[in-house]
Amino acid sequence: MRPELVAPVPELLTGGQAVAEAMRQIDPDVVPVYPITPQTPIIQGYAAFVAQGRAHGELIDVESEHSAMSAAVGSALAGARTITATSSQGLALMAEIVYIAAAMRAPIVMALGNRALSGPINIHCDHSDSMLIRDSGVIQLFAENAQEAYDLMVMAPRLAEHPDVMLPVLVCQDGFTITHSAEPVELLPDKTVRAFVGEYVLPNPLLDLARPTTQGPFAMPDSYYELRHQQVAALWAALDVFPQLAEEFAAISGRRYAALEPYALDDAERAIVCLGSTGGTVKDVVDELRAEGERVGLLQVRSFRPFPREQVRAALVHVCGVSVLDRADSPGSWPPLYAEVAASLYGTDVYLRSHVYGLGGRDLHPERIRDVFSPEGAPSYLDLKGAPCRV
Amino acid sequence: MAQLTWRDLPIAGVVGPDTTPRPRTGGWRTGVRPEARLELCVDCLLCWLYCPDSAIRLDGTAFAGFDYDVCKGCEVCAEVCPTDAIEMVVDDAA
Repeated sequence: MRPELVAPVPELLTGGQAVAEAMRQIDPDVVPVYPITPQTPIIQGYAAFVAQGRAHGELIDVESEHSAMSAAVGSALAGARTITATSSQGLALMAEIVYIAAAMRAPIVMALGNRALSGPINIHCDHSDSMLIRDSGVIQLFAENAQEAYDLMVMAPRLAEHPDVMLPVLVCQDGFTITHSAEPVELLPDKTVRAFVGEYVLPNPLLDLARPTTQGPFAMPDSYYELRHQQVAALWAALDVFPQLAEEFAAISGRRYAALEPYALDDAERAIVCLGSTGGTVKDVVDELRAEGERVGLLQVRSFRPFPREQVRAALVHVCGVSVLDRADSPGSWPPLYAEVAASLYGTDVYLRSHVYGLGGRDLHPERIRDVFSPEGAPSYLDLKGAPCRV
Repeated sequence: MAQLTWRDLPIAGVVGPDTTPRPRTGGWRTGVRPEARLELCVDCLLCWLYCPDSAIRLDGTAFAGFDYDVCKGCEVCAEVCPTDAIEMVVDDAA
């Protein structure tokens, strides 16, 4: 007798479509949305599922992202599993409420199509939108490709709703590079996802009329500091919860995730640290250089918040030279990812370089990554026309 | 809350039911308090409807007196009573 074929057949999907499929399978109760490029295919795809009767969430077309996020906070705290999606200016408009969502511990899942912030206005990928809400207290996971975006989206509700966490989770995928590029994606069976995400359970749902609560109360100087510190603890708890979830997810999917993904790093003399789709390109270059005998590697940061600082240190402390690639800048200081890595490696002998790249969707080609790995090194602003103002 | 650490405080500062001591704002009365002449009361409950402090006690749909722990002596009940069944008297407790 032939064994039953268990390997799922991959479908050709964009990252946006893959995340819309994940939303259909999770089947959240409420989805407040406002369209913005390059996120729109996510909510458009999900809206089509609702129209077809294949998804059952209450789709709320609001008048702005500020309202989308506000509605998300209300519904998530009322007791409804809630998902929304946005990009760039949309996230900027949400930002005020993103902080409040984190503070009120609303376990909202957000799909982010990373896009450059204005100005100048631009619709293409960089990570400046994510960095804008870096300190809001939300979890930010960066996908390398459409498969990862789908997988992280399926895991996101469990992470967000874990009793030790209770925070919004952003699943970040590079705008266009992932959101609009079709590639083979293995979807899990609907039933498997439903069973994995389970029921939405809150400790204090606002609509529990038998036990009414006041939520989001004013906090005076005697308690504000402590309530903020609860968020710090929750972010670090997420770092402990993620591996447990990843283990469960590996059991249903065969795909294993971690806060960091080291690639050819064990004996590496030189390494790159980056976020998002660039990791895929760097892996190709690492393979090529390894074939040429170069000891190079990659540390892909999947969880930017919480930032696994001890793990970053342990993963890189033996590497001679580390180049951090930032797809966002911090004018007037160090770029954000570089600053995180440098602080994590403080006091070690690791030689660090910072490289900003790809702002506003400028492509980063493999040749440039080779330059970064080369003994001569590469400029601090990759592919900038003209020498950087400071080296 | 002053002595509570971040571990002791409820998550997100959520305030549960019946966690706050009932305020005895009746102490704010300055001089007069309402008294009812029950023989004139027709249980219209206008006093209950207008009282800004929920200080009118009910027994089902019948007037059942005042809650002096929260009555601030504002005299609104006496003003709206259509049968003059509420009289403001000197408040000895004040």
